[in-house]
Amino acid sequence: MTDTRDTTSAAPIELVAFRIGAQEYCVDIMAVREIRGWTPATTLPHAPAFVQGVINLRGAVLPIVDLSSRLGLGAAAPTERHVTIVVQIAEQVVGLLVDAVSDILTVTPEQMRPTPDVASETTRQFVKGVFAMEGRMISLIELDQVLPHDQREAA
Amino acid sequence: MSNDVLAQLRQTFFEECDEQLAELETGLLQMQDGATDSETVNAVFRAVHSVKGGAGAFKLTTLVSFAHVFETALDEIRSDRLEAGPALMKAMLRASDVLADLVSAARNGDDVDEALWRGLADEIAGFCGKEKAPSPAAPVSASDPAPAAFAPQPMAFAPQPMAAPPAFTPQPMALPSLAPAPAAEDAKAGGALRILFRPRVELYEKANDAVVLLRELERLGAMTVTCDLSEAPLLDALDPHGAYLGFDIHIVTDRDEQAAREVFEFCEEDCDLVIRREAAPAAEAAAPAAHAAAAPDPAAILNALRPAPKDAPADPSAAAPAADPPAADKTAAKPADPARAAEEAAAQRAAATAAPATIRVDLDRVDRLINLVGELVINQAMLAQAVQGADGARDPAVSGGLDELDQLTREIQESVMAIRAQPLKPLFQRMSRIVREVADATGKKVRLVTEGEWTEVDKTVVERLADPLTHMIRNAIDHGLESPADRLAAGKPEEGVVRLSAAHRSGRVVIQISDDGAGVNRDKVRAIAIGKGLVAADAQLTESEIDNLIFLPGFSTTEKISAISGRGVGMDVVKRSIHALSGRIFLKSKRGHGSEFTLSLPLTLAVLDGMVVTVDGQTLVAPLSAIVETMSLDAGRLRAFGASNAVIADRDGFVPIIDTAAELGFRPHRRVVGGDKGVALLVESEGGGRSALVVDAIQDQRQVVIKSLETNYGRVPGVAAATILGDGRVALILDVDALVARARGAASEPLLAAAG
Repeated sequence: MTDTRDTTSAAPIELVAFRIGAQEYCVDIMAVREIRGWTPATTLPHAPAFVQGVINLRGAVLPIVDLSSRLGLGAAAPTERHVTIVVQIAEQVVGLLVDAVSDILTVTPEQMRPTPDVASETTRQFVKGVFAMEGRMISLIELDQVLPHDQREAA
Repeated sequence: MSNDVLAQLRQTFFEECDEQLAELETGLLQMQDGATDSETVNAVFRAVHSVKGGAGAFKLTTLVSFAHVFETALDEIRSDRLEAGPALMKAMLRASDVLADLVSAARNGDDVDEALWRGLADEIAGFCGKEKAPSPAAPVSASDPAPAAFAPQPMAFAPQPMAAPPAFTPQPMALPSLAPAPAAEDAKAGGALRILFRPRVELYEKANDAVVLLRELERLGAMTVTCDLSEAPLLDALDPHGAYLGFDIHIVTDRDEQAAREVFEFCEEDCDLVIRREAAPAAEAAAPAAHAAAAPDPAAILNALRPAPKDAPADPSAAAPAADPPAADKTAAKPADPARAAEEAAAQRAAATAAPATIRVDLDRVDRLINLVGELVINQAMLAQAVQGADGARDPAVSGGLDELDQLTREIQESVMAIRAQPLKPLFQRMSRIVREVADATGKKVRLVTEGEWTEVDKTVVERLADPLTHMIRNAIDHGLESPADRLAAGKPEEGVVRLSAAHRSGRVVIQISDDGAGVNRDKVRAIAIGKGLVAADAQLTESEIDNLIFLPGFSTTEKISAISGRGVGMDVVKRSIHALSGRIFLKSKRGHGSEFTLSLPLTLAVLDGMVVTVDGQTLVAPLSAIVETMSLDAGRLRAFGASNAVIADRDGFVPIIDTAAELGFRPHRRVVGGDKGVALLVESEGGGRSALVVDAIQDQRQVVIKSLETNYGRVPGVAAATILGDGRVALILDVDALVARARGAASEPLLAAAG
């Protein structure tokens, strides 16, 4: 990645694409630590609705964010078929609850289109841009926004 | 040398300084108690000297100057020229405090106000001044005017890093404990060994050290060393990895060449070595000193060009060993005393062998290990639970193996925890400084008696005890002890005693701070509490309840705020910090006889004894340290109180009921309790108030590994931390104080900090 072309942003990036309901989203593969099946979470008191709770990830306490609820698409009713994508956001490790992982994409940044204006404010807040792939629209999640910065105070 | 390496060395130096300072204070306190044996004095001297030596290497001039004065005084004491009287000891102890301050200032890179140490330095120098040997006797002092010629020069060979030779002159070196022996001694000893020793580069490359070899040789007898610098090039041509020095060694001994040869056993091929026996060494032995008097001293010339020529150690770049005045003084003023030298050498050896074999390990590595063991414990529990559910439990081999695994995990956990365990000694030592300071400030006479300072507790607990303990010690002296006049009037000895003790008791550590002062003035405490509206004017309070009022927030018994205690932090803060460590604090007091605070603390913050309870279908853990007792929600003992509150009757009265599920937000509204099945956990929270936390059921009582919620999420009100139970699920650990405070409508900081 030390290639000088990097600055002209031609270097391809890899994304993990997943499904929430009928919509498709993706995150940068470099942020993804692992993908695991759903396990019941322990409810956290006084937590925002989109925080499902915490689970045990090999001895660490991992908060689970229901991405569907976070994106304003309604709370998920998690089943055994749901998937947790464990991502690293700055210093914190967080699990994102999604319906299913669909694809791994290789794209170049130029392919990214700005977030359409029509999207709702809640959704737009978390979407960095969209990719058009084989007739599909895949939105790139802005991970920094998933856990609000004032989490520590707000929680 | 790269900056990294230098920074690392610096780090090591400061770590060692802490050890030396602790050693120093221990020694001084022993000396104050009358231990004037040479071993103790030497240990103290060595400690100061090591700090000075290291400080010199890092050009910490202030530290060097102060340590130098300190060291000089200690040297006078150990050579019996200065008596360690009470006044001097007091100054010395203050000097050790100042030295510690200077070290920490140097560590932080702070500037030090000269006023901080100059006065004390002068005071100590004053002690030495009276009995100091007249300096003209010194063969060489750093400021001697020196004719330019190449002649030997005495060189102090103190246990400090050997700097590059400042000059290219042969230099006789005196080991501090061994002054050159007069001729008469030589003759009596019956001969001497002359050793010409020139290390080659290989010797250093194999990690041998000429200094070590010389020290080893020193054990054979009184030794004079002349360093031959004739081959040392000028600085610009000097290869830092080269070997340029030769040593002409003269030892007064009746041992044969073989004894000396054995010293070089492992490096004989890496050096040029000539050992021969000399029959008539007398004149020679005295010679270096004679030469020395007329010695040219390039270091001195250099010094003369500097602004502060007299204060050589203040400038480490010039303070090469050759210009080290204390050592030079010693060579001159201290008569050769083989017996003493032998004693010292023996003491040094004893100290060397007595040092336990230890290694320094990065704390992160230990914590990682502790985390892993925590996971092992959880996994073991999960496995056991899984096997119990399956048919495996019926197989004796499986269940036997599981039992064994259980025992092993427990043992591993205990051993790993022991790595983090540290004795309370450094903490107690800090307290003795506090006692001195507060005693000085209040004009009271105080003696601190410590017991059980080797009791070991988790490092974090030790660290976080410092503030509350400091505060309590201050309080004990400032508020507890009476003034000397009042004490005499009360028929007590003038000097008050503050006792600090620690002991392990049933898996916890118990620390007691007691004084023989006036005890709690209950009438006054009560009046203040009523005056501040903390209790009702007509409240019926038992003696212990009155005593415990001092833990209430906003309570402070001093009418005038003194500089020592009463800085706005009261005993409530102490109690809060103890609670934060999952500890408890009690006060016992007897009017006229003093007070006693008892702290009961967990040995570690990585695990916690908890009660596993069910609340609204969730499994939670309540720290056992907070729970006073449990009781059933007997309808006969419940009383509704107001719209949505209830109280439960216990022995002493009515205790407010807290609906745990509602406080945690699991239920939108507080449930009015009544005839409900459930259990009340009677907890005592901050401020001493009791509350009953209602839970659905008690599952178990067990030790749990504390896991941080804050690492990946954040603080959760009412929750202190998390843990992982046998089924692999996360359970939350309740923050009882926060829950109670929340239920009372007050916000409170979460207290129990997570260790994992």
